[in-house]
Amino acid sequence: MKDEIIVKVNQVNKIYGMNHVVKDLNLSVKQGEFLTLLGSSGCGKTTTLRMIAGFEEATSGSILVEGEPVENKEPFERNVNTVFQSYALFPHMTIFDNIAYGLKVKKFKKSEIKEKVSQMLSLVQLEGFEKRYPRQLSGGQKQRVAIARALINNPKVLLLDEPLGALDLKLRKQMQLELKELQSRLGITFLYVTHDQEEALTMSDRIGIMHDGILEQLATPREIYEKPATRFIATFIGETNIFDGRIETVEGDFAKVLLENGSVIGKGEGFVKDELISVSIRPEKLKYSMEPVEGFELNGYVKSYIYVGSVIKAIIVLPNGYEIKLERLASELLPEIGSRVFPYWEVADSVLIHSFDQTFYRAVEDIQYG
Amino acid sequence: MTKSKHSLRANTIPAITTVGPITLWLLFLVAIPLVYVLVMSFCSIDEFYNVSYHFTLDNYKRLFDTNYLQIYAQSLFIAFFTTVICILLGYPFAYFIARAVSKRKAILYMLVIVPFWTNSLIRIYGWRSFLGTNGWLNTILMKLNLINTPVEFLYNRGTILLGMVYCLFPFMVIPLYTAIEKLDQNLIEASNDLGARGIYTFSHVILPLTISGVFAGSIMVFIPCLGFFFVSDILGGGNSDVIGNLIERQFQSGNNWPLGAALSIILILMTLLLVRIYQKLGGDMESLGV
Repeated sequence: MKDEIIVKVNQVNKIYGMNHVVKDLNLSVKQGEFLTLLGSSGCGKTTTLRMIAGFEEATSGSILVEGEPVENKEPFERNVNTVFQSYALFPHMTIFDNIAYGLKVKKFKKSEIKEKVSQMLSLVQLEGFEKRYPRQLSGGQKQRVAIARALINNPKVLLLDEPLGALDLKLRKQMQLELKELQSRLGITFLYVTHDQEEALTMSDRIGIMHDGILEQLATPREIYEKPATRFIATFIGETNIFDGRIETVEGDFAKVLLENGSVIGKGEGFVKDELISVSIRPEKLKYSMEPVEGFELNGYVKSYIYVGSVIKAIIVLPNGYEIKLERLASELLPEIGSRVFPYWEVADSVLIHSFDQTFYRAVEDIQYG
Repeated sequence: MTKSKHSLRANTIPAITTVGPITLWLLFLVAIPLVYVLVMSFCSIDEFYNVSYHFTLDNYKRLFDTNYLQIYAQSLFIAFFTTVICILLGYPFAYFIARAVSKRKAILYMLVIVPFWTNSLIRIYGWRSFLGTNGWLNTILMKLNLINTPVEFLYNRGTILLGMVYCLFPFMVIPLYTAIEKLDQNLIEASNDLGARGIYTFSHVILPLTISGVFAGSIMVFIPCLGFFFVSDILGGGNSDVIGNLIERQFQSGNNWPLGAALSIILILMTLLLVRIYQKLGGDMESLGV
């Protein structure tokens, strides 16, 4: 049951004039999961959602919901519902009428509508709000009404387009937990779109990261953070230090990487000698020593410290001027500013990333579509 | 003491210079003429049709003459159908403009506004020369051998409706456009998303949220329609009068100013009544440009 595919996006492209917004997208959403499409604005995540909802037509490729192609179905014929960023509540209707809208359209009996609406209102903790109008509600309450209005139709998949985008930080954090809780309680598949990485990491079972119309990685939050598939993802999710270089020798999963400033050891799979690659190491995994460390020919000096509460960030400058970040506990005794240090890391903590494949892919795309 | 005197002057001069001209303008061009019309409506005339300042209610009694009542009814009838036709034509048109891409939107909007800037009297004469017995339409139809003798297009209620709709169409389109433009596209998508088809979405979401535009447009069409005497004069040939014709005739050929003034007062009262109904229905005065 858990692994049943409910939405399948097959080789979907969306082109607006000269803009190739979504590129060869393949995506399988599993029954009951909370899947987030994460990316900065203009990456194609909202367009993808709108194509699944039926508001936009894919230029090529197919979209299947429960194994059935939906290309020729209008939004009102699809068994998916959307929660809009702007809530899109009907301002001339009461909360009751807003939530009941979908059932009224489907000509449900009055008594049944009444019962289901009150169920929904208690689900989103808005009992007693039936007779109010949207303008009398706060942002968070409106958002709950929007969710109730979508859920009452019992959708196979709930599509959420940055639903918390308009709320303030505190309320947003609270709603994140509520949404996640609601989703796991109801067991409805959520396909969520956001540009907020923390939001994505907090709520999702899986995250799909989109960049320039390409789905670069689809994995669990942990995998995304620990094993970013591309250089972009490594820099996009959390903070990291990136070293670009070339593989000098490979020994199993370990590789010696030649950098401008020396050489380091990294860990990864499927790498070949002389390949151009990037090594990513998170600031909290980066270490330093006052003596050279075997396998790492890196050195630099401490430029400054930044105190950020529980931790201190050290900025270390390499001989070519490249700055790397390192995180230490604030309680630790740290070398003086200006000291020479030798950065290194546990090989297992680093990630080797094929540097240029995505870039190359994009270059080919650009040639194809002008 | 001196201080307060000083501040009084400091406030008075800017107040007079800013609000003063507008107040004078309104006083001399709106308030005084209105009072004059009101006073005139209670005056009587002597045997030479000169106004004499003797109080009388005769003018108002004459307004209930059956001939007049018939013309009020006819005027309301014309105004009503003009409004209905304007709504039916104007709504889809305004919707189309409001939802068009911005480059095309400007062009379409200009198509409505440019005739609006042109004198309507000239445009109505244009229709007369187009529809007349020796007009372009008849000439073309005869050249094409579709008719043998010229058709009388003018001088019926149809042509008056045509002229009225033609003159007043922009007054309907502009408030409708404003209302539809403001409508959030997401609401239409939300309605579709919740399972509603186009017609359901239109009647339950689009129309209720733009009805203020329909009300405002209706008021802006209906009221002038009662007074647009030149349309019925030019296109109606004097047999489909509106209230405006009655007033115009009393001031011109009839030379009975007090009666004309009484008719004007009736027209003003009708206008106020309609605006009151509009407000009761939830219309807001800003959409009328007031």
